[in-house]
Amino acid sequence: MSFVEKTAAQLQEMIHTKETTIAKMTEKAFDRIEALEPKVDAFLALNKERATQLAAEMDQVPFAERGPLFGLPIGVKDNIVTEGLETTASSRILEGFNPIYNATVVDKLREAGMVTVGKLNMDEFAMGSSNENSYYKKTKNPWNLETVPGGSSGGSAAAVAAGEVPFSLGSDTGGSIRQPAAFCGVVGMKPTYGRVSRFGLIAYASSLDQIGPITRTVKDNALLLNAISGYDDKDSTSANVEVPDFTAALTGDITGLRIGVPKEYFAEGVGEAAKQAVLDALKVLEERGAICEEISLPHSKYALATYYILASSEASSNLSRFDGIRYGYRTEKAGSLLEFYMNTRSEGFGDEVKRRIMLGTYALSSGYYDAYYKKAQKVRTLIKKDFDDAFEKYDVIVGPTTPTPAFKIGEIIDDPLTMYANDILTIPVNLAGVPAISIPCGFENGLPLGLQIIGKHFDEETVYRVADVYEQATDFHKKTPQTWEGAAQ
Amino acid sequence: MAKMTKEEVIEVAHLARLAITDEEAIHFADQLEAITNAMELLSELDTENVEPTTHVLQMVNVLREDKSIPGLDRDLVMKNVKEHEGGQVKVPTILE
Repeated sequence: MSFVEKTAAQLQEMIHTKETTIAKMTEKAFDRIEALEPKVDAFLALNKERATQLAAEMDQVPFAERGPLFGLPIGVKDNIVTEGLETTASSRILEGFNPIYNATVVDKLREAGMVTVGKLNMDEFAMGSSNENSYYKKTKNPWNLETVPGGSSGGSAAAVAAGEVPFSLGSDTGGSIRQPAAFCGVVGMKPTYGRVSRFGLIAYASSLDQIGPITRTVKDNALLLNAISGYDDKDSTSANVEVPDFTAALTGDITGLRIGVPKEYFAEGVGEAAKQAVLDALKVLEERGAICEEISLPHSKYALATYYILASSEASSNLSRFDGIRYGYRTEKAGSLLEFYMNTRSEGFGDEVKRRIMLGTYALSSGYYDAYYKKAQKVRTLIKKDFDDAFEKYDVIVGPTTPTPAFKIGEIIDDPLTMYANDILTIPVNLAGVPAISIPCGFENGLPLGLQIIGKHFDEETVYRVADVYEQATDFHKKTPQTWEGAAQ
Repeated sequence: MAKMTKEEVIEVAHLARLAITDEEAIHFADQLEAITNAMELLSELDTENVEPTTHVLQMVNVLREDKSIPGLDRDLVMKNVKEHEGGQVKVPTILE
């Protein structure tokens, strides 16, 4: 039994008809993870003993008390804290850290009856677009092991693409769910800011970070978002809004739906294959009754600079808590307290994290605050207004998720600006706080391409409806990487 | 943006509580200069009458009733602390 070819509903059916049990399914998941990990390197920590015990207990729960995700395995990005299971955010500075409480989303997974099988590799503190910034290992793209899986939720996307787990959680600050979902040919959703509690998410840039689901299909994605959404009084930025049943939005009908296609998302730097795949996708949506029109989001070209100022500024503040005193790594080279802090942080953080902390410290420092930080806050207003204006006329905005498919490991790691440009099409969404999904829409040289569908604040339903119609009309999501063939099924 | 010097990087690193070597400072100076130069793009926009956005959604104060609730269990918290004594976290000497 391979998870790659099964939806949540099919897995439940297999349990119901006694073709498998939750215990057997969990065992198979670990067999497959252990067989594939030498190639893919997606997991940082496995939860085998507890998950196996939990699965056996869950088999005793009557069917009538089970929800649609009950007993199904899931992997969780390593910046989401899990009680008693090492959580490092892929940083040396949190090596050995065992949280004493769960993130709210992890409690919600447990309430839904999901079995957390392990923690997934990422770029250190979610800073990166390739997974090459992890202190522990480099995750590989299951479609081509010489290429990156994307970042920062590369482990979460690769684990689903390789069929190690059917579900995972990622986090998205500037595209960190959607870009790896596009590179790995899976479905990744960044919900509206505030839709999902950030309590227990190790903060990178608090005003942009959002947790979201990564899955094989749109419907499974909607099911997982159902499970993790909702107001949380432990997160002061959590939105107290109603959570609809996202799967109920998958009506298959997009007749008369208005789609805006920003010309800026087809500008120089966006590859021909990515452009063509999206144009083909728009034809599919038009054939099903949608109306597509070119629009302009005129401030798009300023998003990258705005993002790096704001995210780095917030990171320099958020990461000041890592000082070696209360948890994680601490230096052996201690002198004064100041030297202790400085040595711990220098030895504990990797280069990309240091670069962003310094950039943020610089942008917030006296004399530069107005020129950088305050200016970026104002440009964010203009970027958000672009979206507000577009959504007065259009139901969703559609474009490519990334300019190109996955690149080779090591290819651009020494060129931060080129690396940052990977997120050029996803970043505006985080600055505006709106929801967006990436779904598979084609291939270039055997590597997946992603279609990005962006919605209004708290209108994930329409985003899912459009994504589902496209998925039903195409078979890109049914293709699987050759690298996992022959692994334990 | 003027050229970013090694000394400026060392000063910023100090403010950020990062110890860096001279070689690292030169390396970071080149990269930070390139990044800040790219960010100069924003200066071509007139934002004189634009309000800054600190948060994408309307925020209101979140208040709770003023009553005591149990905090984290101290023994559990101490499991992640490398050095502690008598329920307190130990730090290097602050005052000589």
